[in-house]
Amino acid sequence: MFRRLPDADGSSVEVTIDGRSTRVRAGDTVAAALLSAGVLASRISDVSGAPRAPYCMMGVCFECLVTVDGVGNRQGCLMPVKPGMRIDTQHGKREVGR
Amino acid sequence: MSELRDSYDVAVVGAGPAGLAAATVCARAGLATVLFDEQPAPGGQIYRSVTTTPVKRDTILGADYWAGAALAQKFVASGAHYVPGATVWNLTREREIGVSVGGAARLLAAERVILATGALERPFPIPGWTLPGVMTASAGQILLKSSGLVPDGRTVVAGCGPLLWLIAWQYLNAGVRIDAILETTTAERAAAWRHAPAFATSPYFLKGLRMVLAVRRRVRVVSNVTELRAEGRDRVEAVAWRTARGSEQRLPVDNLFLHQGVVPNVNLAMAAGIEHRWDDVQLCFAPVLDNDGGTAIPGVAIAGDGAGIAGAEAAQARGMLAGLAAVRAIRPNAPELAETDAVRARLARFIPGREFLDTYYKPAAQFRRPAPDTLVCRCEEVTAGQIVDTVALGCTGPNQMKAFLRCGMGPCQGRECGLTVTELIAQARGVSPQEVGYYRLRPPVKPITLGELASLPKNQAALRSVARG
Repeated sequence: MFRRLPDADGSSVEVTIDGRSTRVRAGDTVAAALLSAGVLASRISDVSGAPRAPYCMMGVCFECLVTVDGVGNRQGCLMPVKPGMRIDTQHGKREVGR
Repeated sequence: MSELRDSYDVAVVGAGPAGLAAATVCARAGLATVLFDEQPAPGGQIYRSVTTTPVKRDTILGADYWAGAALAQKFVASGAHYVPGATVWNLTREREIGVSVGGAARLLAAERVILATGALERPFPIPGWTLPGVMTASAGQILLKSSGLVPDGRTVVAGCGPLLWLIAWQYLNAGVRIDAILETTTAERAAAWRHAPAFATSPYFLKGLRMVLAVRRRVRVVSNVTELRAEGRDRVEAVAWRTARGSEQRLPVDNLFLHQGVVPNVNLAMAAGIEHRWDDVQLCFAPVLDNDGGTAIPGVAIAGDGAGIAGAEAAQARGMLAGLAAVRAIRPNAPELAETDAVRARLARFIPGREFLDTYYKPAAQFRRPAPDTLVCRCEEVTAGQIVDTVALGCTGPNQMKAFLRCGMGPCQGRECGLTVTELIAQARGVSPQEVGYYRLRPPVKPITLGELASLPKNQAALRSVARG
């Protein structure tokens, strides 16, 4: 669980997270946006089905793999949010065709 | 990415202190210089988001962080070609670089290549480290620097190392409540004191001491933690620990931050074929380099923490030296070369005392080689016990082991398990980690799609090679 420091107000952009329309801070990465929106698990392990969340935030661990605008296996911590972005938590492996 | 050239005098990988300094030196000397960085803004991890951070009160992140702003400004003014959001996934011995930007891949060549890929967190495999709510201390710091996000709810920081105290200090400055710091220490800590006189001359000595004392005054610190576990079902709910002579204790938590030092990020350098050796003090693999960061591959150098952990100031100096070596090779009469001795002297200021930090904050054996039922490979979910069992099957190193278990073959490509695997196998065989070696890393060092590869510009020879008839 994370909260925003009062310093960090500023403009926001609208994205959808698992189909829900959500306003997130402009300039955040997808992974930071998920954490700030209270999304607990960014992906579900394709091995055991256990929930996983961003762990390193620097492009190393691949726990923040999400589907962005229909493309799976994107590293959420390396992608800045964009207006209208469709972010979907990833359940298991990347699916054929997305 | 259309404005990228097919070749440059110098290509730098990574925009932390070493990469920024190296690229600035080269561009100012008139060399055509490109810098690729995976992040959206310059600074690397230590100066992460220094040009874009929403955290404007300079008392939160501290003066050492803001020193990075000048470095970034000099780089921007240097005329180097800056390519953010770029993933370098290959480097050949002929200095051909494969890079992806915005979903399209490109190949380009450089006379000199300077790898400044920095450090990553040492793996910290404890039971429950994969639960949501558990993350590295660096991850917490990145969320603070780049997004102004701080933990909400019950927060515990666990592990060892200077960065553990820095993040705690920054959180306190930002008004975050830390319920406890659980300090994992090694029995050999006393051995550090013989390096203390050297450390007392280091610029880090007073700063570090003040920071640790400031944190200790305001947070409950539990020292000598010898066992550590994150508990919970779908997210972390509690942290449990035991000290050297105490019974088990437990605290309910919403956020658990783990840290036990940083290690060189070796993937690109190893895949390029640069020799690395096991460092018995820093307990990691580090590249074999000359005084300017040069490797055995002509024209390829490594600077910064990727060359061995020495901190931001040393990284900047080592970046400059690698940059100056590139200038010397291409423009031997450049006036900038006169700086070289001053940079070496600057580097020398930050080397004394490093052994004190490395020894004092040495991560304990049980947190580097965990108990059998602890997950080591986060991607493929392989336990320490499974890895050790492959030694009895005849596996002598990580590359035989992974054929049995897929350990290290998930998307992180061994970054979160590699050192643990080497140390587990070394102990089981009774040999040194140097003898066991590391995963054999191959390009692409970050996953890229077939679509990205297919988007590579093709020349006539390439087209003819696959044409029928």
